[in-house]
Amino acid sequence: MNRMRRRLPTALGAFLLAAACGSRPPEPAPVPARPATGGGPAAATISAEAARRPYVAEDVRFMQHMIAHHAQALVMAALVPERTRSEAMRLLAERIEVSQRDEIALMQQWLRDRGEPVPEVGADGAVHGAVHGEATMPGMLSAEELARLEQARGEEFDRLFLELMIRHHEGALVMVGELFAAPGAGQDPEVFRLAMDVDADQRAEIRRMQAILGK
Amino acid sequence: MRTRNLTVLALSLTAAAGACAAGSSGPETPAPARVAAGTDPRVGLRGGWMDAESAARNLVHLANRRPSDGFFNPGDPGDFAFANSDLAFQGNLVFQGGYNGLQVWDISDPRNPRLRTSLVCPGGQGDVSVYGNLLFMSVEETRGRVDCGTQGVRDTVSAERFMGVRIFDISDLDNPRQVAAVQTCRGSHTHTLVTDPNDPAHIYVYVQGTSRVRPAAELAGCSGLPPERDPNTSYFRIEVIRVPLAAPQNAEIVNEPRIFADARTGEIAGLWPGGDHGPGTQQTARTDQCHDITAYPAIGLAAGACSGNGILLDIRDPANPRRIAEVTDPNFAYWHSATFNNDGTTVLFTDEWGGGVAPRCRDTDRPEWGADAIFRLENGALAARPAGYYKVPAPQTAVENCVAHNGSLIPVPGRDIMVQAWYQGGISVFDFTDPANPVEIAFFDRGPVNPDRLTLGGYWSAYWYNGYIIGSEIGRGLDIFELVPSEFLSANEIEAAKLVRFEEFNPQHQPRFEWPASFVVARAYVDQLERSRGLSADRIATVRGALDRAEGQSGEQRRAALRALAAELERDAARSSDAARVRALAGVVRELGGPGAGE
Repeated sequence: MNRMRRRLPTALGAFLLAAACGSRPPEPAPVPARPATGGGPAAATISAEAARRPYVAEDVRFMQHMIAHHAQALVMAALVPERTRSEAMRLLAERIEVSQRDEIALMQQWLRDRGEPVPEVGADGAVHGAVHGEATMPGMLSAEELARLEQARGEEFDRLFLELMIRHHEGALVMVGELFAAPGAGQDPEVFRLAMDVDADQRAEIRRMQAILGK
Repeated sequence: MRTRNLTVLALSLTAAAGACAAGSSGPETPAPARVAAGTDPRVGLRGGWMDAESAARNLVHLANRRPSDGFFNPGDPGDFAFANSDLAFQGNLVFQGGYNGLQVWDISDPRNPRLRTSLVCPGGQGDVSVYGNLLFMSVEETRGRVDCGTQGVRDTVSAERFMGVRIFDISDLDNPRQVAAVQTCRGSHTHTLVTDPNDPAHIYVYVQGTSRVRPAAELAGCSGLPPERDPNTSYFRIEVIRVPLAAPQNAEIVNEPRIFADARTGEIAGLWPGGDHGPGTQQTARTDQCHDITAYPAIGLAAGACSGNGILLDIRDPANPRRIAEVTDPNFAYWHSATFNNDGTTVLFTDEWGGGVAPRCRDTDRPEWGADAIFRLENGALAARPAGYYKVPAPQTAVENCVAHNGSLIPVPGRDIMVQAWYQGGISVFDFTDPANPVEIAFFDRGPVNPDRLTLGGYWSAYWYNGYIIGSEIGRGLDIFELVPSEFLSANEIEAAKLVRFEEFNPQHQPRFEWPASFVVARAYVDQLERSRGLSADRIATVRGALDRAEGQSGEQRRAALRALAAELERDAARSSDAARVRALAGVVRELGGPGAGE
């Protein structure tokens, strides 16, 4: 499945020279790719297709799955207002809602731009199309766990929500790890940036949630 | 730039832990000014890539050069892989970094900039600095290759991968030669040159890495574990590279200082733990990295914008930066960059709320979020709360990424003035001499890159360099502007600013401005005193007349006239409401009248 797609023709005529070492301290590296010289603005001579970077099936899978993963956070957040007594929890849920929706839109756009199947997320957080096996994604809540969260109220809800959201977040970290463990994945700058931010933010927030739980 | 905070979990169930929690007491910092609806030409501009409508005030747009061939994606102007990033300057050359490499522009004729050369070398962000015949470039993406190839690196552990700081010898500008490539565990998102006044044989590079830690199998010693599990974690530090100028190939990491450590306990995660500051406050990132550091070697300090905190570093020993102060702010999401005023009495920090790719200048966004916060700096200590905030005052649309970004001072004597990039919020020039009341002086803005959909674009950075404002536009190339006089800034003040020239300028290596004694500097001060009513209208007219007459004279006659004027002004100062400025004027006049002063 890790078939390289739309391999980038070396759009800029870069020719390769022998690689130097990759460890510290470095060896002097060779002269890099061809410098284009000349004056004045240049016209567009490369096509959009040529400019598109290569990506692999794992990149697509990561985007599709992260959409579904984020969608479950929306479902969880939607439970908060009617179940908590904490103003802070309400604010938390509101922020999750906003940020996850923004992020989902970004991932959908990435898929759409490449003609890949795009999972759609309904107002209720339900995911339609292009994703299968949500239940097997790391950190996802089972139907029973979701039902338990729905039943809980007050402090019991807050505690359960935090515990499950920490696990949910840790699952996203695993998904980032899997992305970068797949040969050729994470090379597209937009995938790279997205994954970096998921990684950094989830780590920080897990720490924060653990602190609140007194762990 | 940093991509949006994705999963913002505001957990304020308990009070913020740690000694760095911001106090909520004290006077409120005023919110930034906003324009009244319907009064600003930046509102409602027609969109488009290279044909968007634009609006300018008190700036003249001299030239635009679209990204050069191979440095943009014609099918997607917002394609990250081709985004232009930061700038560095040397002589008549502008070095424009980017995710795809480097473009070098010759701006000898600022109305007709010419592409001098370019270098394909992907890996992002591609921020550049230049020092003599050396060029430095930041690389942070896993596709970065030691050999600058465009094909990426397929293997998950590979000796071909490069993340860190490249060093090129540009003695032959048309054939840059990579002489060193210093690998780091988190790559290099940005970097900062630091000079040692006592050691001209070396230069130091502070490396701000923000990527996920790479595997130890790829680079020995890298650890992505949290500090409680591994005291040698690659988080919570910067790297310091020492570069022997005579042998740059021997550049190496000489320190990985734990600049966020708790001063008492030594715990390396000693600053902001991440989270909000109470109900209704911003969610601030955890301090485990610096996004950017601006060094000001002339005063021995650097200001670090370090995700969850703004910090001050003592850099008199550049290999061993030492944190001497830290602040946080309940309105900041992500501490992004810093600029000192020339006197070193204030530090302006920027907040990159939304990471630079989100629309955060809509009229529904809080004006003190995603803004600049201006802190007073006294005796090596930062005030606990900012004196004021500044945000581009005209609202932007929901399809324009906009937030505070990179800028530099404009060397107008007697005032703190800055030009700053706001992504698709355009360029804004403002005065922050009174940090509590920043005032906009000039602006330039284009309509959205794509009016139908949020598309990455706008100004990454905008800097003053030797008389011009140079903007790096993410997808539209290079722009050059000139300031024009207005009620906010006089012709004399602009001319005085143009007297300050540098052979080289790296915005994160802040130089101190010094103005030569000249009539235009004196007149700039007079204009300021007229504006501030620091001298009466009569005195203003008299002083201007005296300066004009003296300029027409020569030799001892001129010197005597200037000495007499200086003495009068010193007497005026005692009665002026703007005494310091009158004394500064007197000082320039006295210098002009000194022995050997220019005829």
